[in-house]
Amino acid sequence: MSDTLYYVISAVLSLGVLLGIRLMSNVKTAPLGNRISALCMLLAIIATMVRTDFSGSLPYIIAALLVGTLLSVYMAARVKMIQMPQMVGLLNGLGGLASSLAAILTVLTGSMLGKFELSTAGLALGIGALTLSGSLVAAGKLHGIFPQKPIVFPAHSALTAFAALVLVVLMVLLPISQPVSHLTLCLLLAFVGLLFGWLFAIRVGGADMPITISLLNSSSGVAASIAGMALGDILLVSVGAIVGASGLLLTLIMCRAMNRRLTQVIFSSPAKQAPAAEAAPAPQPVEPVVPAAQDVTETEDAQAEIEEEPVTAEPAPVPAAQEADLGTWLADAQSVIVIPGYGMALSQAQELVKQFTDKLESQGKTVRFAIHPVAGRMPGHMNVLLAEVDIPYELLCEMDEINPDFPNTDLVIVIGANDVINPAANTAEGTPIYGMPILDADKARRLIICNFDTKPGYAGVDNPLYEPNPDILLLLGDAKASIETLLSHL
Amino acid sequence: MSKEIILILVFIAAMLLGYKLINAVPSLLHTPLMSGMNALSGITILGIIAVTALAGSVVGKLLGALGIVAALINVVSGFGVTDRMLRMFHSNKGTKEESE
Repeated sequence: MSDTLYYVISAVLSLGVLLGIRLMSNVKTAPLGNRISALCMLLAIIATMVRTDFSGSLPYIIAALLVGTLLSVYMAARVKMIQMPQMVGLLNGLGGLASSLAAILTVLTGSMLGKFELSTAGLALGIGALTLSGSLVAAGKLHGIFPQKPIVFPAHSALTAFAALVLVVLMVLLPISQPVSHLTLCLLLAFVGLLFGWLFAIRVGGADMPITISLLNSSSGVAASIAGMALGDILLVSVGAIVGASGLLLTLIMCRAMNRRLTQVIFSSPAKQAPAAEAAPAPQPVEPVVPAAQDVTETEDAQAEIEEEPVTAEPAPVPAAQEADLGTWLADAQSVIVIPGYGMALSQAQELVKQFTDKLESQGKTVRFAIHPVAGRMPGHMNVLLAEVDIPYELLCEMDEINPDFPNTDLVIVIGANDVINPAANTAEGTPIYGMPILDADKARRLIICNFDTKPGYAGVDNPLYEPNPDILLLLGDAKASIETLLSHL
Repeated sequence: MSKEIILILVFIAAMLLGYKLINAVPSLLHTPLMSGMNALSGITILGIIAVTALAGSVVGKLLGALGIVAALINVVSGFGVTDRMLRMFHSNKGTKEESE
């Protein structure tokens, strides 16, 4: 295949991928968009297979392709929706691994490598390696293999910065050095890259996970793109760059929604950044009071929550005086907005939430969902969980769209969300959440909060909504039990 | 124009175009978008196939094969779960028609 033909194919396939993304902007055309992207990828692999001159490597490649396909079909069919964040994390890591291996092999087996090839290969190797270790740590934390709380070593920031510096020095050395062999430099680069990714991800708490996952998504794309530069493969460069841009954009959206700067997430621990968090008794493990019948996903989240609290299977105690209110409130309300948080996901209450909203709708009430951009463990996580139980996507509203409607809403029901509705974000200057955009749940006429307890959320800032208020009802305990209580009053 | 310049220009152009298009994706679809992008980052499989073909030693070929497995899982699982997720998003009308 001539280079010109390959350039044409690359251009067509890149445009195909862009078309696929374009179609992703509408929920109706999104499945088609995804399939177009997948088709482009398949064609790209075929084009590469046709174009490559295999000398004795073919059996290895075919075997690898078969093994990879079998493993991935198995994985894709088995993963649960609540596990999506760690799945994405794991897949990111594999992408990083592949990019760093491609970079190492380029350096070690390529002939006539110029400075451009060597420097880009070094860069791809470093970024690929940090994507690998960072993603694995993030996925491990999300899956409960590592503790969720940030782990901070003495002089952690200095160590991270030092690792980054060494990484840069090694990348500069690769194209110019003669005294040290390429193999040694590659191994060092891989090692320091892995170390940096580990240092970076190990101290990220549950709350910063959406940002971390987005950032690693971006770096896996950038690593692929730069590996493409080293190989002179234009298709690899363009598609990798598209992924890099997407991850970066999502990262910035998340940072804005959480009122955090990107540098804070990378170079400093969340706990150290939050002065109030140290004074408050906030994210303490709740294992001691949790009954034994807990699964892994629940215990993993004992600490470092952002907007929600871990759940137990305790029934929700409602004071008798409020018990009566509950029924009247639900009966009175014509317009209802539900605010779900990760607490709902932990308790697996989505199915009950669906029953509850169906029942409200059958009584002629309007029900909508207000989704905060950082609710859950990755961007858009809540939407996927609610879609899984067949809640129509028209009812899932973004923050900016629904905030003006709260003052005209009769009843807001919060399910396992805390910081994202904390009005202190508007008033409490100097606290970590000050300035963070929130859902204006407090503006609604009445509020029912179904949270695990009234402890401050991850940010460690007390929520004024928990103070006694005739228009606010607290249903403490497991989200499932609380929704059942609500259902029994309908 | 040298090859290096072309590659860097392609990188910048793809970044800008991607950024622009992705900005239009509603937050409703951010999780599937992300897993779809994640699958796309497995495009690195092109690179690893090319270098595995060049690898002379058995160690090199095995490392290459490992890379191919990793990248392919990234691609196939990524698109697979994205498809699964996207099919879950039901319209109000759609679900009613199905249930009746």
